[in-house]
Amino acid sequence: MSLPADAALALNAFEQAGSWEQRARLLMQWGDRLPALSDVDKVEANRVHGCESQVWLVGALQDGHWQFAASSDARLIRGLVALLLARVNGLSADELQQVDLPDWFNQLGLSRQLSPSRSNGLNAVLQRMRSLSDV
Amino acid sequence: MMIPSPWRADFPAIAALQRQDQTYLDNAATTQKPQALLDALAHYYANGAANVHRAQHLPGAHATQAFEDSRSKVAQWLNAGDGGQIIFTHGATSALNLLAYGLEHVFQPGDEIVISALEHHANLLPWQQLALRRDLKLVILPLDSDGVIDLHAAAPLIGPKTRLLAVSQLSNVLGAWQPLPELLALAQAQNALTVVDGAQGVVHGRHDVQVLGCDFYVFSSHKLYGPDGLGVLFGRHAALEQLRPWQFGGEMVLDANYQDARFRPAPLGFEAGTPPIASVIGLGATLDYLAGLDRDAVSAHEAALHDYLLKGLEARNGIRLLGKPQLALASFVVEGVHNSDLAHLLTEQGIAVRAGHHCAMPLLKSFELAGAIRVSLALYNDSEDLERFFEALDQALELLR
Repeated sequence: MSLPADAALALNAFEQAGSWEQRARLLMQWGDRLPALSDVDKVEANRVHGCESQVWLVGALQDGHWQFAASSDARLIRGLVALLLARVNGLSADELQQVDLPDWFNQLGLSRQLSPSRSNGLNAVLQRMRSLSDV
Repeated sequence: MMIPSPWRADFPAIAALQRQDQTYLDNAATTQKPQALLDALAHYYANGAANVHRAQHLPGAHATQAFEDSRSKVAQWLNAGDGGQIIFTHGATSALNLLAYGLEHVFQPGDEIVISALEHHANLLPWQQLALRRDLKLVILPLDSDGVIDLHAAAPLIGPKTRLLAVSQLSNVLGAWQPLPELLALAQAQNALTVVDGAQGVVHGRHDVQVLGCDFYVFSSHKLYGPDGLGVLFGRHAALEQLRPWQFGGEMVLDANYQDARFRPAPLGFEAGTPPIASVIGLGATLDYLAGLDRDAVSAHEAALHDYLLKGLEARNGIRLLGKPQLALASFVVEGVHNSDLAHLLTEQGIAVRAGHHCAMPLLKSFELAGAIRVSLALYNDSEDLERFFEALDQALELLR
């Protein structure tokens, strides 16, 4: 399974980031590029709980391919979510089932963001994505 | 100005954390442990573990002796004297739950329980749920702008329907001593029971429960440089007579039949099942260690560090302190910066501080904040720890702004 184009771009950029500052800057850039979520989607039903910041996630199958959209009021989690969407948007339901998301963040050098004690909410976002795509 | 800690080397984990490039400033959550405690745990487990209060054999006698010695040390630490008993629980949270269940029969529908707006969840939720079970009113004492319970507002709220007052001695978010003598007097004038949550307060200075005059005083061992899984409940004799057993099981029983049983008085009647024996013995060792320190020197050190922390925060732009912290900790937010972003970048730089709601969601909501960053100090911290924090803070803010 080849990487979506955006994901390949992200991987290339993060592989070259040598320091925590560079990774943080990249995360913020990816977060800034995340398309804005419309206000009608920023409702309680779409809130991902378990985050220090407010995170919203919506997703729908379009012509057999998943399209997720998300936002957050915190910049770094927005960046993490943008990297997640870069990896999963456009995948078929089968492909989404198979993709190893912890490994994806590991490849980006961001595996610590998924450790159980982190309350930034990336784990909660992954869970919500799974429950959205299970139905 | 350098502020070294003469006690730093007594805590081996601090050096270990430093080797991992970690600066530990989350002491209000839990503390590192002195070598004296590690030695006591190793000694207990290496020389023969045994259950307490039930075996006639020698290992059992040794364990029971050490266990009860610790109880005396805790009683001395709080100057309980002959005024009451020390009950061991599994934490401050379970001590407060013991009270909320064991005193339930004292309340009639319509009675009032008074707490304050700054209580952390452990001293809020047990009372809130008791109020819901028994159809009671939970009264919340408001704070003034410095983060101290407002006595003028409190006076009319503590009235003839007040059956119990439960307040923190020192806030885990605002770092301010609360006016306990005045509040306890207001409650006692109404014949209400009084509960003091000393989870943070017990760590700073020495407190005398006889002088305080509260019916119950609660703290957790792990915040006082002791082992985790252990809480302490001091109860005055008269108040303990009203407390009924909550959890049932081994060793708290006097006489058991299939259909009924009679139970021991305090303290054993409230210590069902095997207690955390090693932790109790370990806490005794910690208290021996702490009792050997120069009390004034520790207080002066903590005050100097706290002053250094506040000055450093105040010297930076856009930082807003929560309340007016007096000691131990400071919570803050930075204008235009999300606390989650700041926490992320401090973590990247090996600064261990707490971000979020600090288990006091209603308090944070009253500041209209979703969260804050909290720096909390211990006697082993020094000014270099704070310098590393400030450098990391500056780096993080430079990236975020």
